[in-house]
Amino acid sequence: MYSEKVMDHFQHPRNMGEIENASGVGTVGNAKCGDIMRMYLDIDDNGVIQDCRFKTFGCGAAVATSSMATELVKGKTIQEALQVTNKAVMEALDGLPPVKVHCSLLAEEAIHAALWDYAEKHGITIEGLKKPKSDIHEDEEEEEEY
Amino acid sequence: MKKLIYLDNAATTRTAPEVVEAMLPYFSEAYGNPSSIYSLAGESKKAIDHARDTIAGVLSARPEEIYFTAGGTESDNWALKAAAEFYGKKGNHIITTKIEHHAILHSCQWLEKQGFEVTYLDVDENGVVKLEELKKAIRPTTILISVMFANNEIGTIQPIREIGEIAHENGILFHTDAVQAFGQLPIHVDDFHIDMLSASGHKLNGPKGIGFLYIRKGVKIRSFIHGGAQERKRRAGTENVPGIVGLGKAVERAAETMEERTEKERELRDYLIKRVLSEIPYTRLNGHRNLRLPNNANFSFQFIEGESLLIMLDMEGICASSGSACTSGSLDPSHVLLAIGLPHEIAHGSLRLTLNEEITKEDLDFVVETLKNIVERLRSMSPLYEDFIKKAQ
Repeated sequence: MYSEKVMDHFQHPRNMGEIENASGVGTVGNAKCGDIMRMYLDIDDNGVIQDCRFKTFGCGAAVATSSMATELVKGKTIQEALQVTNKAVMEALDGLPPVKVHCSLLAEEAIHAALWDYAEKHGITIEGLKKPKSDIHEDEEEEEEY
Repeated sequence: MKKLIYLDNAATTRTAPEVVEAMLPYFSEAYGNPSSIYSLAGESKKAIDHARDTIAGVLSARPEEIYFTAGGTESDNWALKAAAEFYGKKGNHIITTKIEHHAILHSCQWLEKQGFEVTYLDVDENGVVKLEELKKAIRPTTILISVMFANNEIGTIQPIREIGEIAHENGILFHTDAVQAFGQLPIHVDDFHIDMLSASGHKLNGPKGIGFLYIRKGVKIRSFIHGGAQERKRRAGTENVPGIVGLGKAVERAAETMEERTEKERELRDYLIKRVLSEIPYTRLNGHRNLRLPNNANFSFQFIEGESLLIMLDMEGICASSGSACTSGSLDPSHVLLAIGLPHEIAHGSLRLTLNEEITKEDLDFVVETLKNIVERLRSMSPLYEDFIKKAQ
């Protein structure tokens, strides 16, 4: 059900772990729905993401999207990192099964949440960054069965 | 290639080679339609009768009370919907439990849309139906009680005899979904006061796509599939002769080996449970410690998610299943695990291992060692575990 890339990132997650004294940390998702992602960012004085690490509680897709998201934002500026959308994460993984698309949204949200934390800690405003939703599942509805 | 360790026998089982062998002649040799008149057809007819006799014998039922269906789900649908329709003039209330299979739950939900009222009984923390609550739920309008014999996820065995007694004392029909229990536990329909019973072939080393519904003589339920006169006009359609033969053979085999097989499985199951609980921290057993299917072990590992666990087990050649949301196609974890009171995050980290007669102690040793590594690895990746450890420090 998963692409080779998803399986690769699940089996060999890139940048898994913590960053001590991280510039920004963001945690999104909830245990109720079965996935939580935490992103750690190390941002230098020029606003470049020097390091990015993650920890994830969740399914194979949740782990793979976190891993890919860290790869996509590493070495980027804050503005460039903001352009890393869930679609970009999914494309980089050669797609996700439809029921797992929300995992990629979670990865995007996790980066935004970490950037938001960074901005708050440094008393700055990042253009185009909205306060992250604490729970990406709140808008979802289940299909009714007949 | 790695050795495959198949521990998902509650999902389906390997069709036994002797079952396949028994079925084979009924594809290209004795292929006659059992309803036809010539002697070729007679062979098919005889084979069906033989299978029906075998199954009736095992249940202490009469052959004419066994109706072949396409499987457990069809049997459940038929029993509930047709009984509700016929006895609907007597009352519109049905009692079932919160831990039934979706074949029962979704049939009940459909019946609610047709105007029936359904009580979904709570279970205790081990997944056992509370008899006092069942008694309290009975109304003058109650026409049917449906409680599964044993649960497919956590393996808990229900007090079926007592439930049957309560049903019959109150003049209420009693149906049981015995898809998991049939072939693993001795079932006698009279002793247990069962009016209808659903079972499936592929859970007991028989083929897929075949099952039966036991309907006690005198219980009036309409035919579910309309057409020819097959199955005493109650379930039309040319019989699945090879399937029925395979089911008969599987039942014969399961009954013959039941005592020895389940004793061995129970011993291995307990060994597995003991090792996992004592060697992996922050782990719990779901379901009743003793009143559980001989082959079922169900654990929850805190701080990790079930699907990740399954993928990693699969990479080591171990087939298992989980009650996590990701394996159910919805955002909610298993309704059974929630019904026994597990918080969502613990339910997401569940693992069901269901044994068969071919599993050895060495297999289980490998499984436990593998599990230890995987759980540790997934915890090292988990923000929940990180928070827990930091809090504890």
